[in-house]
Amino acid sequence: MQEKKSKIQDRHPMPEQPANVRRHNFLEVPLGYGEETAMAEATRCIQCKNPQCVQGCPVAVPIPQFIKAIAEGRFSEGIRTIWEKNALPAVCGRVCPQESQCEGQCILGKKGSPVAIGNLERFLADWERKKGDGSLPEKMAATGKRVAVVGSGPAGLTVAGDLVLKGHDVTLFEAFHKPGGVLVYGIPEFRLPKAIVESEVKTLEKLGVNLVCNTVVGRAVDVKELFEEGFDAVFVGVGAGLPSFMNIPGENLIGVYSANEYLTRANLMKAYDPAYDTPMVVGRNVAVVGGGNVAMDAARTALRMGAESVKIIYRRSREEMPARLEESHHAEEEGVEFMLLTNPLRFDGDERGRLTSVTCKRMELGEPDASGRRRPVPLDGSDFTMDCDLAIIAVGSGANPLLTSSEPEIALNRWGNIEADPENGKTSMRGVWAGGDIVTGAATVILAMGAGRKAATSMHDFLARGW
Amino acid sequence: MFKIVKREELVPSSVILHEIHAPRVAQKTRPGQFVIVKATETGERIPLTMADTDPVAGTVTIIFMVVGKSTALFASLQEGEGYADLIGPLGRATDIEKVGHVVCIGGGTGIAVLHPIARAMKEAGNRLTVILGARSADFMILKDRMSALADTFISVSDDGSTGKKGFVTDALQETLALGKPELVVAIGPVPMMKAVSEMTRPDGIHTLVSLNPIMIDGTGMCGGCRVSVGDKVKFACVDGPEFDGHAVDFDGLSQRLSAYKEEEQAAMEIHRCRMEAQAANSDQQS
Repeated sequence: MQEKKSKIQDRHPMPEQPANVRRHNFLEVPLGYGEETAMAEATRCIQCKNPQCVQGCPVAVPIPQFIKAIAEGRFSEGIRTIWEKNALPAVCGRVCPQESQCEGQCILGKKGSPVAIGNLERFLADWERKKGDGSLPEKMAATGKRVAVVGSGPAGLTVAGDLVLKGHDVTLFEAFHKPGGVLVYGIPEFRLPKAIVESEVKTLEKLGVNLVCNTVVGRAVDVKELFEEGFDAVFVGVGAGLPSFMNIPGENLIGVYSANEYLTRANLMKAYDPAYDTPMVVGRNVAVVGGGNVAMDAARTALRMGAESVKIIYRRSREEMPARLEESHHAEEEGVEFMLLTNPLRFDGDERGRLTSVTCKRMELGEPDASGRRRPVPLDGSDFTMDCDLAIIAVGSGANPLLTSSEPEIALNRWGNIEADPENGKTSMRGVWAGGDIVTGAATVILAMGAGRKAATSMHDFLARGW
Repeated sequence: MFKIVKREELVPSSVILHEIHAPRVAQKTRPGQFVIVKATETGERIPLTMADTDPVAGTVTIIFMVVGKSTALFASLQEGEGYADLIGPLGRATDIEKVGHVVCIGGGTGIAVLHPIARAMKEAGNRLTVILGARSADFMILKDRMSALADTFISVSDDGSTGKKGFVTDALQETLALGKPELVVAIGPVPMMKAVSEMTRPDGIHTLVSLNPIMIDGTGMCGGCRVSVGDKVKFACVDGPEFDGHAVDFDGLSQRLSAYKEEEQAAMEIHRCRMEAQAANSDQQS
């Protein structure tokens, strides 16, 4: 970490498991603040009259208020302040890109280091889970209206939480056998322990949300039938679950996984735990293609599964890498190597169809492309081959057509994403809202939650007063 | 829990039938669709195409052969017990229409998958030839039900213990000699589906096969079940499980199916040892 001195007191570093230890276990990497550190960090906040941090937060958490509560030791009150705007603080405190949201706006950050808002949010949520009295936010009187929420990821959980508090009868449908969506299949245990997601979901159930797992809406029941069954409104938050491949030779070899498959086997199906029957290729030399957070998660998981070497292959330079700084930094500390300006050309296998090597080309950066980032251009004659027995493709994902193709009334854009009003999440089908990755394409947990919040507000208006 | 209301050993300790209470799935399922089942919290998710459904009783029927640890675990489940998870119906349903003469070919436990498709083809008014193949008479499942559906019924076995001695392709060849059918549906082991597809290719007889690759979520999310069809990569869970047999890369499919062979054998060994240890324990106690 940087040790720059300034007039402003430096922020309190997050205690972490040492890199050489944690690369061999699935336990959480950052250990969390203790009470004293949290209070000390909270006193760094200068309680701005016009807090920029709140404007940087997609769900507008009252940040100065909860920080003040920590500084004064009123933890229980602090968590209740957060709950008014955010049903999943233990999750957000861990996986939000704070550096580009709340902390990115913090006035202290202009001259020194911003207040560790994410660490403080996490502290309160963890404190409440361990010591809290289990009291729940208050619910409004029952309205008798029924809401179906499809998909139990961050967007769906937010909608369910908001609407159950407003007195509606909420049923949450999940295709997998466990709720949480990307929080349980995608984000690894060492970054977001599953027990935390479970506890957040349990809170929703205690508030009265009905949870229905193992149910694929679009197959077992479709959107129209939900209305026939008596639901008054439907929220679609099914995520961006269709893995992209590169369409290069050898992608069907054994040992080539999509990041979705690799992470689902590892996280949801707990392949790392010998008690589970989930088989998985354990690579010795692993190549992860891509430069986002998912690529970092896959690379760090592969290390923990026992790989000797893990390389991130990314076709642009470090600067364009979309992963959060903290994630790429953690990965590098743990021994993940970065092969930048490199692009895979093909995978090769043995006679049994098992992956043995990957051939790549070096790239250089040319003019900016449509995304505004400099376009990678292949360098002639730079091909090289390296040993590789496990490759994980983490180059993004598209919209899963399963639900949308079963309901033609819901209009889609040309990428297959649902067209929803960005202000309120309304789709072209009356009584149906959508939000999160199925609308925006793959994005972040907090943006999905922000979309859920807007949709929930609009749905409540509809349920209370009509469209 | 998804309760097993009926259990039958079609082949003693090898081919098991489970009728499972799952009303929502039972009501929505059409022929050709599959479910994913998981026996326990720590178990594997396994896709199985349904052999039958009863919308009134709210049950679905699966028939599976014990081949590894997970299916051995399924087989140990008794009536009144159940599966921790059951997800379905998944995949696209078979296109059922009246086309004329349909030849339905089932091999091994593929016969179970074929059953609802053959029935629907018959109900749609097609003339139905059913060809069933198995190792021996013991493994010839659903023979009575299938022969009752068929206008022409042929069974073959590797050892000649039931029907003619030989392979389903022998029976198909005889059938083709009598005239060109409009459609062939072949469901069974990969080499069988490949051989049938090769046999119908020269005459351009439309041939459907049902694939059962390794799969996790069954909703198109993981891409694990990808299979080359023509020059395209398809996901069996959402684009299939049925595909044009003339376009499927069967060799690629066989390779991908062998991905976890070693892990599965190891897991089965450990499972067997544990079961034997348990049995020895309970013997001692009794």
